[in-house]
Amino acid sequence: MSKSLDYLDELESEAIYILREVAGQFERPALLFSGGKDSICLVHLALKAFRPCKFPFPLVHIDTGHNFPETIIYRDNLVKSINEKLVVRYVLDTIEKKKLQDGKGKFPTRNSLQTYTLLDVIEEFEFDACIGGARRDEEKARAKERIFSVRDEFGQWDPKMQRPELWNIYNGKINKGENIRVFPISNWTELDVWNYIKRENIQLPSIYFTHSRECILTENGQLMNTNEFVQREEKDVIVQKNVRYRTVGDMTCTAAIESEAYTVDDIIKELLETKISERGATRMDDRISEAAMEDRKKGGYF
Amino acid sequence: MMQLLRFFTAGNVDDGKSTLIGRLLYDSNSISTDIIETLTRQSKTTGTNTEIDLALLTDGLRAEREQGITIDVAYKYFSTDKRKFIIADTPGHIQYTRNMFTGASNANLAIILVDARNGITDQTKRHSIISAILGMPHVLVCINKMDLVDYSEEKYKQIESDYLTFAKQLNLKDISFIPASALAGDNVVTKSDKMSWYKGKPLLEFLETIEIVEAKQTDVSRFQVQYVIRPQTDDLHDYRGFAGRVVSGSYQKGQKVTVLPSGIETTIDKIEVNQQEVDLAETNTPVVLHLKDDVDISRGNSIVPTEHLPKTEKEVTATICWMDNATYIPGQKILLQQNSFRTKAVVKEVISKIDIHSFSQLESDGAMKLNDICKVLIKTAEPISFDSYADNRNSGSFILINENTNNTIAAGTID
Repeated sequence: MSKSLDYLDELESEAIYILREVAGQFERPALLFSGGKDSICLVHLALKAFRPCKFPFPLVHIDTGHNFPETIIYRDNLVKSINEKLVVRYVLDTIEKKKLQDGKGKFPTRNSLQTYTLLDVIEEFEFDACIGGARRDEEKARAKERIFSVRDEFGQWDPKMQRPELWNIYNGKINKGENIRVFPISNWTELDVWNYIKRENIQLPSIYFTHSRECILTENGQLMNTNEFVQREEKDVIVQKNVRYRTVGDMTCTAAIESEAYTVDDIIKELLETKISERGATRMDDRISEAAMEDRKKGGYF
Repeated sequence: MMQLLRFFTAGNVDDGKSTLIGRLLYDSNSISTDIIETLTRQSKTTGTNTEIDLALLTDGLRAEREQGITIDVAYKYFSTDKRKFIIADTPGHIQYTRNMFTGASNANLAIILVDARNGITDQTKRHSIISAILGMPHVLVCINKMDLVDYSEEKYKQIESDYLTFAKQLNLKDISFIPASALAGDNVVTKSDKMSWYKGKPLLEFLETIEIVEAKQTDVSRFQVQYVIRPQTDDLHDYRGFAGRVVSGSYQKGQKVTVLPSGIETTIDKIEVNQQEVDLAETNTPVVLHLKDDVDISRGNSIVPTEHLPKTEKEVTATICWMDNATYIPGQKILLQQNSFRTKAVVKEVISKIDIHSFSQLESDGAMKLNDICKVLIKTAEPISFDSYADNRNSGSFILINENTNNTIAAGTID
């Protein structure tokens, strides 16, 4: 009889196994790094999977230009400390090159625009596998996706044509032009991620913890950061609050939550008490339609 | 320490499977308020007449919501004070059997839903046979919609006895029954006061307390190389480690091992876990093994204890489920993948076809169509090291891949 493991060990073991399968099966993989807690966990897991070797893939950051400065500082420090390769591609360059319409409105999001940059960088480096930190508990379309998810040459996900995926056997065979998105922490929940961060003592960007910040209080009650990309109006309700970010996306479309959580323990306690889901609390982009994520994924988004 | 239970649910299209999961999540306070708001809004436009259509929680694709059916497996996560759960909500429709296999393959428990009005159906039998083929350690038959049969004990008893009669031939290890109404919430999270004749636990308590038996039942140590770690730096010039996971049993420093398929014997020199040396690595641990001798080892090779060798052959007899829309043409070359090992292969003979309604073996004409379950003889180009699936879920399972389309076309369990 095999010994039963603690669930965090089991989740970690599964993720490391998947990362090593990527290394074993692909010629040119990449790890998509956003500076958020999920991709930070992926880097931590990759250290466990491959050290003392260097990673068999570069970190790739799609920089929307709307990132929190704290995230960029964190990213650069991390890359320096682990001495790995970082590739950065800018959404603004894609907008100029492809003559795309930049995000408009009060909170101009570049969320859908980053898909263009992502597909370009995949083509540029001929990446055959892109590792990402998406989790199935985040959203109902993500809940449906395989761990090895095949994308066609347009980056599209076809939810009705997913390959069967059995046991721990991952089929990474692809045709020319296709690539595979790989999600090693598919089975982790938000709380699992935080418990893992605690156990492993993983350092995070400071905006995950409480700090005082000037925010616009929107009509639907969300706290949006004031910054140069957001159009200020006279009727804006400006508040100074103790907040933290539950997800680290773009400054333009990620809402802060009121919080007094100074430490990882505080955050775990807060999460256990909260009644709002991660994306529901913080993402403006998912409120557009019931199938917003499904549609973005079909178009090549993560 | 908190344990993780992975289970899957299967049932007919209208057995209320997604509703049951919705109920489990809803009544155990695992759903956030913003999701409930969205659901309430959705239920008004697409859902059924109930206040909140709980099925909408798991039917995550637009096409599923439109048609009111589950097409692909959805994963849901919840935990109580006692346990963490991963649910694979799998489609019941025969057309999507391959997706059901996907959800079921990593589970330790099957919940098979039966509509109390209809009793055992062809689908119930098919789902049970799939559970048997996958060696599911626990099967729970949830007799749902009891509210529509006036909570009749007689009806429940009848279905229970019908099921046990049918299941006799399947060799399922552990079968339990719960009468419930997912829609009304009877015996899901709280014990129903309408079925006082039922002395067992409600579903959630059952799931929290069942002693989990792992599907791999062996203590025999198995390890397959996923990736060779060779830093090739000046200070680590001679470092050559074999990265992989201890899939069963354990490995010890100094242990005598054999590398397969080459058959070369050597000794474990060093075991590393996260760059720390350890003397012993238990099941499921991701490790890097170092061997005394400088032997030629690559991805997909097995490192196993010399006194407990798996079989290493170029032919295997297996039960496979055909998952491709295209029919298998006898003689067609394919790829076989067993964890990290991949080889060219061919199905030499389709020995028999299993009737998925009676579990009896039928004669085969040699072709395999979508959802056929067949006993086959496979010949491989490279020798494969394996155990029987009944002994080891990990080293006894494989998938078949179409070399041309690269699709996964079958799942197999070795006899």
